[in-house]
Amino acid sequence: MSDLVIRGLHHAYVADTPILRDINITIDEPGIVAIIGPSGTGKSTLLRCINRLIKPSGGSILFRGDDVAAVQGRPLRELRRQVGMVFQEYNLVERLTVLENVLTGRLGYMSAWKAWRRQFAAEDIRRAFDLLDFVGLGDFAKQRADALSGGQRQRVGIARALMQDPVVLLADEPTSSLDPKTSVEIMELLTTLANDKGIPTLVNIHDVNLARRFAKRMIGMSGGEVVYDGAPDGITDDHLKRIYGGESWLS
Amino acid sequence: MAELNHTSPRASDPERAHPFRTSWGSRALWAGLVLYLVYAVTTLDLTWARFLVGIDQGGELLGRLFPANFARWELLLSDLIESLQIAIIASVVGIAISLFVGLLAARNLMPNLVSAPMRVFIALCRTFHPVIIAILFVKAVGFGALAGILTLIVASIGFIAKLFAEAIEEISLKQVEAIRATGAGFASIILFGVLPQVFSRFIGFSMYQLDSNLRNSTMVGIVGAGGLGGTLFSAFQRFDYDFVTAILITIIALILVGEALSNTVRRVFQ
Repeated sequence: MSDLVIRGLHHAYVADTPILRDINITIDEPGIVAIIGPSGTGKSTLLRCINRLIKPSGGSILFRGDDVAAVQGRPLRELRRQVGMVFQEYNLVERLTVLENVLTGRLGYMSAWKAWRRQFAAEDIRRAFDLLDFVGLGDFAKQRADALSGGQRQRVGIARALMQDPVVLLADEPTSSLDPKTSVEIMELLTTLANDKGIPTLVNIHDVNLARRFAKRMIGMSGGEVVYDGAPDGITDDHLKRIYGGESWLS
Repeated sequence: MAELNHTSPRASDPERAHPFRTSWGSRALWAGLVLYLVYAVTTLDLTWARFLVGIDQGGELLGRLFPANFARWELLLSDLIESLQIAIIASVVGIAISLFVGLLAARNLMPNLVSAPMRVFIALCRTFHPVIIAILFVKAVGFGALAGILTLIVASIGFIAKLFAEAIEEISLKQVEAIRATGAGFASIILFGVLPQVFSRFIGFSMYQLDSNLRNSTMVGIVGAGGLGGTLFSAFQRFDYDFVTAILITIIALILVGEALSNTVRRVFQ
């Protein structure tokens, strides 16, 4: 069974101005799937429909066989906790410590009462430290999130997403707020995870070259539609012109 | 691209020659204010002679205020303790209620259907001055500390529930979105996505309210709602001015204690 099958997905924030039109994507193997396309073409909306931060106007999202496009309440929260998300601006809770931020990845699995009293399972705490070691921030556990640099914050964001034990990982422009070197490091980290832990990872990304370098599959979007879906090698300048429009930027 | 040293064809435009034009509206408003002040001072007969008469009486009062008379210190102490109790109980209960009221009144987290009535409730709580509310409660539940506590609870809600709601409306929703994306339920989202962002400001508001309640707890007694105020009022009526001084010094001490207390709390929660 495929992890994620998107069929005929469409969404409009305002009636009659659709941002997504008839998206069909099947994700069934681990690795990085890079989604490229100009700003405003609905890449972020697409990711937010998958973990249902946005309720799509129509179509179906089959997550391990169950249609989650319209679920609510508990089934919705159970969907979300199986889908990790990494954000462009990291979206850490600034005033909490790094460790607490990572442990928020378990909130979908425990009661608010226990979480408030910081009664996380010993196993969860051990894993949180392991994940921090894995992303290279083991020594920063007690620091407040707002004391970290951009690259460090994004690593915490990734550790938080992994804490959820995700079946699928979504990354919305994870490198757009970072410098080129840190961007590559973050993409390397995501690639390692996607391949070694076997997590299919959808990454929205501006940088076509970065996408080509790390992705196993690329999806090009334009005007709310998928205009390319295949291997990174298969993307030609013609495809890029169609995705972004114009051509002077290519030279 | 136009060259920068080339004179723009719109250079002769009068809008460009005088970009900072005087506003006749604001001049009229200032003139109106001055005229009203002159009118108000004349109708209230605020003359220099009247002022001198007042000063004269003030000097006489000042003479009778000193030295302070602490002979009835036991009464003073029990009143002081009662005022402190009124202030602290009202602050704790008022802040606890305000947490929920403020959250429900925050327009970025709650639907209009919930936040609008809550805002009306908060507005009602702050409509009347505490003295008026205190009179109402004294009539409703009788003389004594209970009326004072209820008064200050209402005053606290009217003030800090509104500040709480406004603080919550200024949070970053990105952090909230991230917590929501982990599959957290509503209560967890509030505790981990919202509360950390506003907690230190909440502490600040709460300490301000405690301070304010300490002051007001000495006032509600004037209308019979318990605390130092009642004794102060009767001392004035019996012209026991030296005892009045003793009470005023006690109030100053109370406020200083409150100040120290709030500094300590702030330091602990920093």
